[in-house]
Amino acid sequence: MKIAFTTSGATLSAPMDSRFGRAAKFLIYDTSKKNFTVIDNKGVAAVQGAGIKAAETIVKAGAKVLVTGDCGPKAFHALKQAGVKIYSSKATTVADSLERYLAGELTEIATA
Amino acid sequence: MMIAVASGKGGTGKTTVAVNLAYVIGQNVRLLDCDVEEPNAHIFIKGSPKTERIITVPVPEIDKSRCDGCGKCADLCAFNAIACIGNTPLVFPEMCHGCGGCTRVCPQKAIHEIEKRIGVIEVSQAAHITLIQGQLDVGVALAPPLIRAVKEQATKDGLIILDAPPGTSCPVVATLRDADFALLVTEPTPFGLHDLKLAVDVVRQMKIPFGVVINRATIGDDRVRVYCRTESIPVLAEIPDDRRIAEAISNGSLIVEALPEYRAIFQELSRKVMNNEAVA
Repeated sequence: MKIAFTTSGATLSAPMDSRFGRAAKFLIYDTSKKNFTVIDNKGVAAVQGAGIKAAETIVKAGAKVLVTGDCGPKAFHALKQAGVKIYSSKATTVADSLERYLAGELTEIATA
Repeated sequence: MMIAVASGKGGTGKTTVAVNLAYVIGQNVRLLDCDVEEPNAHIFIKGSPKTERIITVPVPEIDKSRCDGCGKCADLCAFNAIACIGNTPLVFPEMCHGCGGCTRVCPQKAIHEIEKRIGVIEVSQAAHITLIQGQLDVGVALAPPLIRAVKEQATKDGLIILDAPPGTSCPVVATLRDADFALLVTEPTPFGLHDLKLAVDVVRQMKIPFGVVINRATIGDDRVRVYCRTESIPVLAEIPDDRRIAEAISNGSLIVEALPEYRAIFQELSRKVMNNEAVA
């Protein structure tokens, strides 16, 4: 299964970006292969609807779970449409967030 | 002739200048309140209502039975009003600016447009002033299409005064477009000067002749005047800081009616604007 993390860097030790639509990059971690890819957020400078664009991007990348700080109602709606589960993490790095997710310590964002 | 009253900073006195200018201009004039997020010219121009019109923008509706999920509509939309999640298009009507591009690029002809209400335009008449006012519905974020609709209510001929929204973003540009002249209202404070410079950048880029009005001119410092001198921008009027002006405005009165001694300032401003005098 693939998990998308919002980050400002390109490695597991990179800081989390608490924003979703305006995050610099998405780190897509594959739990079965235990490896990851990093994709740029092309919607980062969108005039509006960056969250919607970001949802499109991570769904296209095959993510079934999103770990971020928070996301807005439109992105939430788009992600729910695609069946993506959204978790909020206050951890500082992607690796910490991943660890907490795998340990079941993150809370799912259930409403926008 | 179309005269726009604009400013970078909010609360400098755009509406004050616009309504008093309209009053003293002494001929039939259409005053367009383009600050559609919170129009307030009607507080000063108390006319008898004539008409109210509902304004809509066309937004896409997708026929799911025809859509094959190619995503061309989502790729085209600069405002991200359509997302293609997997193979399912998702429309966010509140994001749509109504350009119609999605209906054109859809190879399946699966998109047609429906009208979505964004606000109203009210027209009223007070003596020689026809007030045309746009009012955006609460929760709607599409000021420019409503501003364009307000401007379409005024035919090109005759005299038109536009009361612009504050700032320098899309709603201001939509208001300023096609204006023959811009009056930039500012105050002699560092904040006023900072935002005046932004407004000057906009009107220069749009190649609109302009001049400055300094409101509350007896406060603050001299930096706005020095800036105008250095940039060869004419200061067309100075309105002093007077508590009685604030009181008149609080009561919904025109300065030129409540305090006749200030009438000359607006008459002189009107003369300068109409004669296209000394503009930058």
